[in-house]
Amino acid sequence: MPLVKNGQIVADEFAAVADDAELPAAGSVLISAARFLADPDSLAARNSPLGVIWPNNRDVAELKPWLDRLALIALVFPTYKDGRAHSQARRLREIYGYRGELRATGQVLRDQFTFLVRNGFDALDVRKEADAHAFGEATHRYTEFYQPTGDGHRSALQLRRQRHLTSAS
Amino acid sequence: MYAYDDIDRAIVHERVDEFRDQVRRRLSGELTEDEFKPLRLMNGVYLQLHAYMFRVAIPYGTLSSDQLRKLAHVARTYDRGYGHFTTRQNIQFNWIALKDLPDALADLAEVGIHAMQTSGNCTRNVTADQWAGVAPGEIEDPRVWAEILRQHTALHPEFSFLPRKFKFAITASDHDRAAIKIHDIGLKLVRNDAGDTGFEVLVGGGLGRSPFIGRTIKPFVAGRDILSYIEAILRVYNQYGRRDNIYKARIKILVHELGIEKFAAEVEQAWSEIADGPLTLDDEMIEDIRSRFVYPAYEELPAEPDELRAAAGDARFEAWRANSVAPHRQDGYAIVTLSLKPAGGAPGDATAEQMDAVADLADKYSFGEIRVGHEQNLVLPHVARRDLPALWAALDGLGLATPNVGLVSDIIACPGLDYCSLANARSIPIAQELSRRFANPDTAALIGRLHINISGCINACGHHHVGHIGILGVEKNGEEFYQITIGGRADEGAELGVLIGPAVPYGDVADVIEDIVEAYLSLRQRPDELFVDAVKRLGVEPFKERVYATR
Ligand code: HEM
Ligand code: SF4
Repeated sequence: MPLVKNGQIVADEFAAVADDAELPAAGSVLISAARFLADPDSLAARNSPLGVIWPNNRDVAELKPWLDRLALIALVFPTYKDGRAHSQARRLREIYGYRGELRATGQVLRDQFTFLVRNGFDALDVRKEADAHAFGEATHRYTEFYQPTGDGHRSALQLRRQRHLTSAS
Repeated sequence: MYAYDDIDRAIVHERVDEFRDQVRRRLSGELTEDEFKPLRLMNGVYLQLHAYMFRVAIPYGTLSSDQLRKLAHVARTYDRGYGHFTTRQNIQFNWIALKDLPDALADLAEVGIHAMQTSGNCTRNVTADQWAGVAPGEIEDPRVWAEILRQHTALHPEFSFLPRKFKFAITASDHDRAAIKIHDIGLKLVRNDAGDTGFEVLVGGGLGRSPFIGRTIKPFVAGRDILSYIEAILRVYNQYGRRDNIYKARIKILVHELGIEKFAAEVEQAWSEIADGPLTLDDEMIEDIRSRFVYPAYEELPAEPDELRAAAGDARFEAWRANSVAPHRQDGYAIVTLSLKPAGGAPGDATAEQMDAVADLADKYSFGEIRVGHEQNLVLPHVARRDLPALWAALDGLGLATPNVGLVSDIIACPGLDYCSLANARSIPIAQELSRRFANPDTAALIGRLHINISGCINACGHHHVGHIGILGVEKNGEEFYQITIGGRADEGAELGVLIGPAVPYGDVADVIEDIVEAYLSLRQRPDELFVDAVKRLGVEPFKERVYATR
C-alpha cells in the first residue's frame, strides 16, 4: 500500500517486526504496543528510530512518558467507519504535544484525507493506489473550516473574530 | 434568520463539489456500495424501498421564503412534486435519482441549504424550539447557539465517524417544544445567579429499541465553554461508545451502563484537557453570529385590531384561531402554525404548489420567514394580528388551515411501510384513518390536547414512546400488528409511555384508539384535565380494561 507522507508518495523506511521475531540491530522498526509496553525504557533507548502500532481501544495517555523518544506512532482504522483513532490523534498532537510521525493505517481512503490531516496525521498508509495519487486534490477541496484543530488553519469563528476586530479598530 | 457569509457559502459549495465527485466515483464503479454508503448517508441519501431518499437539513427549523421556494423547485424538478417534513426538522424527498442529487444539492446551495450530516454516524442536524426568538419569556434566542453548534459540528474532522448517530436539541423556554430530553445531548439556556447565560446540559436521551429520558450531566456550563464541554462529551463517547453491537452503540447505552456519575467524571477528565483552549468562545465570536441573525422591524400594533373583531363572528375562523394562533413576544403579533395534517392526509406532506404559496404568504405576512416544527407542521413566526383573518382565508384555500393543531388528529407519523425499508408495518394509512375518525372539530375540541405518535418499527422515528398515545407497528406471522402505549410525553416533563396490553391487528387500531379516547372522556376529572394527566393519575388499568374487555 502506498505511503503518503507530508503530501508525497514515499517509501516506508520503517520495517514492521512481528512480536515473535528478533529486532534487527539497526534500522527503523515498527512494533506492537504490547511489545513496546513490555520493555519500554530499553526499547526507547535503542539507537535507531522506533515506531509503535497503537490499537484504537487503548488510552494514548499511556504513551505520555515516551513520546519524545518515539519516531512514529501508527494509529489504526480497522474499518473507516470506526473513528476512534481520530480522537487519539488529536489528543497525541494537541494535548500531549507529540511531534514525531503520526501515521494512519488500515482502511485509509480518499474521502477521509482532509479529516486525517486536520487531526494531525502527517503520514497515511493509503488503501488504494488511485487514492494516494489523488491526495492533493482530496486535501485541497476545502478552503475554509468551521472547527479549530491543531493544524494551524484558522476556524471560521476565529477568522470572523479577526475581521470583526480589524473593522472595529 | 441567519445570513450566510462568504465562509459559510464556500463550505456549502465545496461540499457539493465533493459529493458530486463521490457520486461520480460511485457511478463509475470506483467506489463500492459499501464504501459509498457512509459517504452518501453523511449527505442525507438513503437507499429506500423504492428509490433513493434525500433528506435535507433545516437547521433549527428556520427557513426563508427563498429557501422554501427552492425546496419546492427540488420537489418539482427532481422528485414527484411533493416533500415530506419530518420530526427532525428536515424535509425528505422520496423519489430522487442518484445522478440528479448533485444538481439538486447545487440548486439548494444557492440559497444556503445543504444536506450535510442529516444521516450517518455523525453529529446530525441541530434542532431547536420552532418558536425560538419569538416565544414570550425566552432567556434569549437559542438559534444563535444552535447556529454556533451547527457550524462546529458540520464536517467535524474528529466526530464524523462516531459509534452511532448523534443528535442535539436546544431550547430557551421553560416549556420545552424541542423535546430536549429525548436527544443525545439536550441543551437548555439558563441564567445563573450572577446573571450569566449558560446551559443546563442533558445527555443520554433517545428513543429507538431502548428508549431513555436524558439526564442532567451538568446544571450550568457557561456559554463561552459550551463547545469545549460538548467536545469532551463527544470525545468520551467516540472512545468508549460500543462499536461491537449497533443496537448498543448510542450514547444513551454508554451513559446507562456507566451510570451518569461515572460518565460525568469521564467527561470532566476529558474536559480538563481542553477547557480554556481554542474552543473557548469569546464575546466577539458570539456577537458575530448574533449579529447575522436578522430580526423583523416590528410595528407598534394594537393587540385587538378591528380586523380580528370583525372576523370573530366566523365560527370556522375562530376554531382555527383557537389552536393555530399563539402569543408572540411582540404585542400585536402572533405565531401561526400551519397544519400539514388535513383529514385523510399523510402527516407532514406538502406539495410544491403549497410550498410556493406558503413562501408567498410568508413574504406577505411573516417577514419572509417560515419555521418547521418537530410535530411536522409549518409555522409563520411573525404575523401581525390584524392580518390573521386574511391569512386564514388564504391558508384555507390551500388546505393548510385544518383547525387541529395540538389536537387528536395532529398526528406525528413516520413513513412506515409505504417508503421505509426497515418498516414492519404501515404508519401513514393508520394516521390517515385516525385523522378521518377525529375530523369533527367539535369532538376534537372536546377532547383537548392529545398527541398521537406512530412508528412503523422499533426505531421510533415517529417518537411513539413519547406520544400521549403511541402506536408501534410490529410484525407477527407476516401480518401487521400494533402495540399501544399511553402516557408518554416529550415536553419538559418527558416520560415514556406504558404498554396497555397485547398488540392489536391493523384493522382494529382506529377502534382501539377511539375506545381509549372515550374512556378518557368518561374518566377525566374536569374538562381541562389533559389526557396524559388523566393517565398519570389513573394508571393504564382503566384504559386497558376498556380496550381489552370486549376483544
Ligand atoms: C425513511 C427512512 C428512515 C430510516 C431508514 C430511518 C432509520 C432510523 C433508525 C435505524 C433509527 C434508530 C436509530 C437508533 O436507535 O440507533 C431511527 C431513529 C429515528 N428516526 Fe429515523 N429513519 C427514517 C426516516 C425518519 C423520518 C421520516 C423521521 C421523522 C419523521 C425520522 C426520525 C427519527 C427519530 C426522531 C428517531 C429516534 C431518535 C432517537 O432514538 O433518539 N426518521 N431512524
Ligand atoms: S420508525 Fe421504522 S418504519 Fe418508521 S421510518 Fe423509522 S425506521 Fe422506518
